Amino acid sequence: MALDKPYKDVPGTTIFDADQARLGYHLNQFCMSLMKAENRARFKANERAYLDEWPMSEEQKQAVLARDLNRCIAAGGNIYFLAKIGATDGKSFQQMAGSMTGMSEAEYRDMMIGGGRSIEGNRYIGEKK
Amino acid sequence: MMARISASVYTSHVPAIGAALDQGKSAEPYWKRVFDGYEFSKAWIRANPPDVVFLVYNDHANAFSLEMIPTFAIGCAAEFQPADEGWGPRPVPVVQGHPELAAHIAQAVIQDDFDLTIVNRMDVDHGLTVPLSLLFGQPPASDYRWPCQVIPFAVNVVQYPVPSGRRCLALGRAIRRAVASFDQPLNVQVWGTGGMSHQLQGPRAGLINREFDQAFLDQLIADPERLAQKPHIDYVREAGSEGIELVMWLIARGAMSDKPPRVVHRFYHVPASNTAVGHLILENPQ
Repeated sequence: MALDKPYKDVPGTTIFDADQARLGYHLNQFCMSLMKAENRARFKANERAYLDEWPMSEEQKQAVLARDLNRCIAAGGNIYFLAKIGATDGKSFQQMAGSMTGMSEAEYRDMMIGGGRSIEGNRYIGEKK
Repeated sequence: MMARISASVYTSHVPAIGAALDQGKSAEPYWKRVFDGYEFSKAWIRANPPDVVFLVYNDHANAFSLEMIPTFAIGCAAEFQPADEGWGPRPVPVVQGHPELAAHIAQAVIQDDFDLTIVNRMDVDHGLTVPLSLLFGQPPASDYRWPCQVIPFAVNVVQYPVPSGRRCLALGRAIRRAVASFDQPLNVQVWGTGGMSHQLQGPRAGLINREFDQAFLDQLIADPERLAQKPHIDYVREAGSEGIELVMWLIARGAMSDKPPRVVHRFYHVPASNTAVGHLILENPQ
């Protein structure tokens, strides 16, 4: 029997479950390596060469090089791991989260100050807003 | 005299709160609105100082990578270093543990059918140090230490599935029994941290659900048994993919007496960075 995944119909959301973790193992472990200052320096000096030291898929490497966090997550990344890339770039968690929404940094910040993204219309895929 | 649990404290542990404190931004209007909600709490804890805080939190891919993912990990070491999460370690004191009480709780709770992972070396991230900063402020240079010992209790809420609310509440009750059988007159507080509603990933990032959060606080106080039945999908859908951290609050709630608690303080504010901030202090009846 297949596992029940009731969270598949939540819009704009990828749950980091065992399947995603398996897919993203090397991507996420690459991110962990950026917790060491010397690795951050080596990565910044030559990103492609550093990524090539890891058995990641080409799609994962391209997603990291493009700093496209939605693509990273689709390829098995988890935000707490991906945050190490943001830290290396000097980005805050708000800048990282906002970068996935299609909004500008200012628009996202203003949305949060205004109370955040409403739950109305955001519970189910295809739900009428 | 045995150890006793006198109170439980619940709070969000947003990393940006730590960054705001560490960078001296706490007087800025944006952050002052957050910290004002903790002024009462700082006075309360000075008047009710714990000997030990049993601090339930989650690691955010700092102590635990994907190499090992314990569902429940109890820190039994004498001390725990603040983690370098990629921005450098927070400038806060080393956390002093209570190895004797931690080992006692581990032994009792495992024999009570909860399979804890015992950890003797672990750095602690913002999930643990931000709540300490919120309640105790920054310790002065003249006495640079946290004013109590801390037992870190890390719960996996990063890789799904996380433990159920039901299991968290029952685990809290097992911790309550374990503390009550420790033969030293310690004043113990149990803290539950994380939440409230927030989502840090994908096009739905920035989700906040005030109605969910307020109902959660009401039910945590009045009917934790019923709250513990809430399925994971309700947290994910209603409170955001990272809002599921709230199950950890049920561990602290389960550690409280079965008699109704005294609500000493309640605070709720949106936003801190991407997150809704919730905070409660509950005291056990004497």
